[in-house]
Amino acid sequence: MAEMNLLQAINQALDLAMARDKDVVCFGEDVGHFGGVFRATSQLQEKYGSARCFNTPLTEQGIIGFANGMAARGLKPVAEIQFADYIYPAFDQIVNETAKFRYRSGNEFNVGGLVIRTPYGGGIAGGHYHSQSPEAYFAHTAGIRVVIPRNPVQAKGLLLAAIACPDPVLFMEPKRLYRAAVGEVDIAYYETPLDKAEVVQSGCDVTVLAWGAQMEVAAKAVVLAELEGVSCELIDLRTILPWDQDCIVDSVLKTGRLVISHEAPLTGGFAGEIAATIQQRCFLYLESPIARVCGLDTPYPLALEKEYQADQLKVFSAIMDTVNF
Amino acid sequence: MNNLRNSTPDCVYQPQFIDGHALSIPTFTLLQADGCLFPRARAPNLNREQALKIYHSMVFIRILDERMLAAQRQGRISFYLQCLGEEATTVASAAALDDKDMIMAQYREQGALHYRGFSLTQFMDQLLSNEHDLGKGRQMPVHYGSKALHYMTISSPLGTQIPQASGYAYGQKLRGEPNITLCYFGEGAASVGDFHAGLNMAAVLKAPVIFFCRNNGYAISTPAHEQYISDGIASRGVGYGIPAIRVDGADALAVYEATRLARELALSGQQPVLIEAMAYRLGAHSSSDDPSGYRSRDEETRWRSQDPIARYRRWLLQQDWLDEAADQLASDVLRQEVLEALKIAEKIAKPHIDTLITDVYAQPTDLLHSQLAQLKAHIRRFPEAYPLSAARCK
Ligand SMILES: Cc1ncc(C[n+]2csc(CCOP(=O)(O)OP(=O)(O)O)c2C)c(N)n1
Repeated sequence: MAEMNLLQAINQALDLAMARDKDVVCFGEDVGHFGGVFRATSQLQEKYGSARCFNTPLTEQGIIGFANGMAARGLKPVAEIQFADYIYPAFDQIVNETAKFRYRSGNEFNVGGLVIRTPYGGGIAGGHYHSQSPEAYFAHTAGIRVVIPRNPVQAKGLLLAAIACPDPVLFMEPKRLYRAAVGEVDIAYYETPLDKAEVVQSGCDVTVLAWGAQMEVAAKAVVLAELEGVSCELIDLRTILPWDQDCIVDSVLKTGRLVISHEAPLTGGFAGEIAATIQQRCFLYLESPIARVCGLDTPYPLALEKEYQADQLKVFSAIMDTVNF
Repeated sequence: MNNLRNSTPDCVYQPQFIDGHALSIPTFTLLQADGCLFPRARAPNLNREQALKIYHSMVFIRILDERMLAAQRQGRISFYLQCLGEEATTVASAAALDDKDMIMAQYREQGALHYRGFSLTQFMDQLLSNEHDLGKGRQMPVHYGSKALHYMTISSPLGTQIPQASGYAYGQKLRGEPNITLCYFGEGAASVGDFHAGLNMAAVLKAPVIFFCRNNGYAISTPAHEQYISDGIASRGVGYGIPAIRVDGADALAVYEATRLARELALSGQQPVLIEAMAYRLGAHSSSDDPSGYRSRDEETRWRSQDPIARYRRWLLQQDWLDEAADQLASDVLRQEVLEALKIAEKIAKPHIDTLITDVYAQPTDLLHSQLAQLKAHIRRFPEAYPLSAARCK
């Protein structure tokens, strides 16, 4: 065990994966000698050489197209998109190519080894081009997996599982927590399953569900609610696609209430999908409407970021309203 | 029009590959480091007033950059991005344009904006995201824009403005306007798909646009030689059938002259032109970057000797257009003015909470109105948690 932050955990996962398997190759803008603008890939070029860890020209479309080609050849590219806000030039490659390679070829070809890493999310005074949480766009795309860790332990295990996974994975890293989330991490190789939610804390009055950086917010709200005598079950969804329905269903069958919170705007956000499913599977057990606490239906602002965010007070209010419905 | 299929092909009977490095585009330069013109060079036709206006903008931007970088380090603004070493590329090119030509920039072109007339107060209001910012405090510092000054508001995703510039210029052409569009971008951004799409569109549709690449050697940590092989960005213009010129980006006179001629060509020929200005990004990429991790002090020092302002200043002195003492005094005054403007802008309130939902659509939708009402009710419930807007949430 060693104490490390989320970035160090990612760096260690990449290091272990590259040491174990020479097919693992890391690349992206500034990923080489510099180690990436957030330093997730630092020292990898020094250790594994510039054929396996390198800078690419500045083209997200090119990066993911290239990664698709490499993965089709059987390699395991771990491609970095510097900010999730800049993943859209690669949208066509991800949605039409990465996700459909296996399906459209009748399994003649696939890009199973591909992992796309990208920092996402707000709370860093980045305005609308350095704060987006685009998971819902990708959740609508069958054929890829979407994974979002909340802490160093998860980040390492999930990233190693993503690299080993026979399906392409979009791995979204909460950049606000890169240095803020610190924990004791097993320094050995381990994988964390890619399709399981994690019950972080059990409770009986209400289920509170979030993922990634929003887990920190949800946890603070849960503490506030507990001061009011409310017992919360806190769950981290961890994988957005495919998602662990049974875990959430089991919890809501017990608590009868559900509050879902994400950073991204409300409309079309992944909370809507969860709410619809839970409503269908738990209808007779629900004691109050499923609540969603999300960003407004606007781009992510700069000056009014604090007001805009789905912060702990908003989640707390929703918990109380749900319990007192 | 060269249509390969309709003309008799130029044939050879031994296989011949054209080497990617065969094309070597020269660099147009006029001014030597000591401020004298090269022996066979001719100064562009600039009068004293114009020449000094260019100088003033370059000095203004250098002082603004220096002060605001310091302000960022003091935590007074969240982020900053300077253009140290590249002042001549953007100021001298803007000087060669008509004031109504559209400028579509990347983010390191504050010099062009100042030349156009953006005031110190306007710079500050944007940097401080206060309620006077034309962009209503929505974008990170340095994402300027002004309709009045024909300067399109900057967007962070790189290269997106390149095909837009082609379209804007085509619109100007359809409107019969005597204007062009100038589009700035870095050599890094010239790798994005939008660059290739934008150049090809402009070439095929004959849009009067100047593509202006600031080739400053780095895209964050990535040096130009890891960004592209072959002869820089200018050669790509050639590939798309666009006239291209490479110019010394630390030479204000050469940049001015190249842009003036490019504008003539774009306007009279109603066609695109590409300029590649060779300069060096002397500072860090941004206030979040530390270049010592990827390049040497030696390299930086070598480029410092090419300082575009010093070079141009020597020329002005030789013309007897600049008074050294007065110039020094003006710089000192300007430093003071920048600090005062910062202090004033800091005290101006943040944008009103109602602006959270405006400009998403032409009119806020019902859903947005109700989301805002909900937010205000929430803030009234917890006023101490939301210092900025609490008092404004009637
Ligand atoms: C599409 C996209 N990808 C990545 C980024 C992050 N980014 C911001 S600036 C930059 C480097 C740009 O280099 P260049 O175009 O050469 O301009 P310079 O900074 O050298 O002036 C990068 C990678 C971005 N803004 N947009």
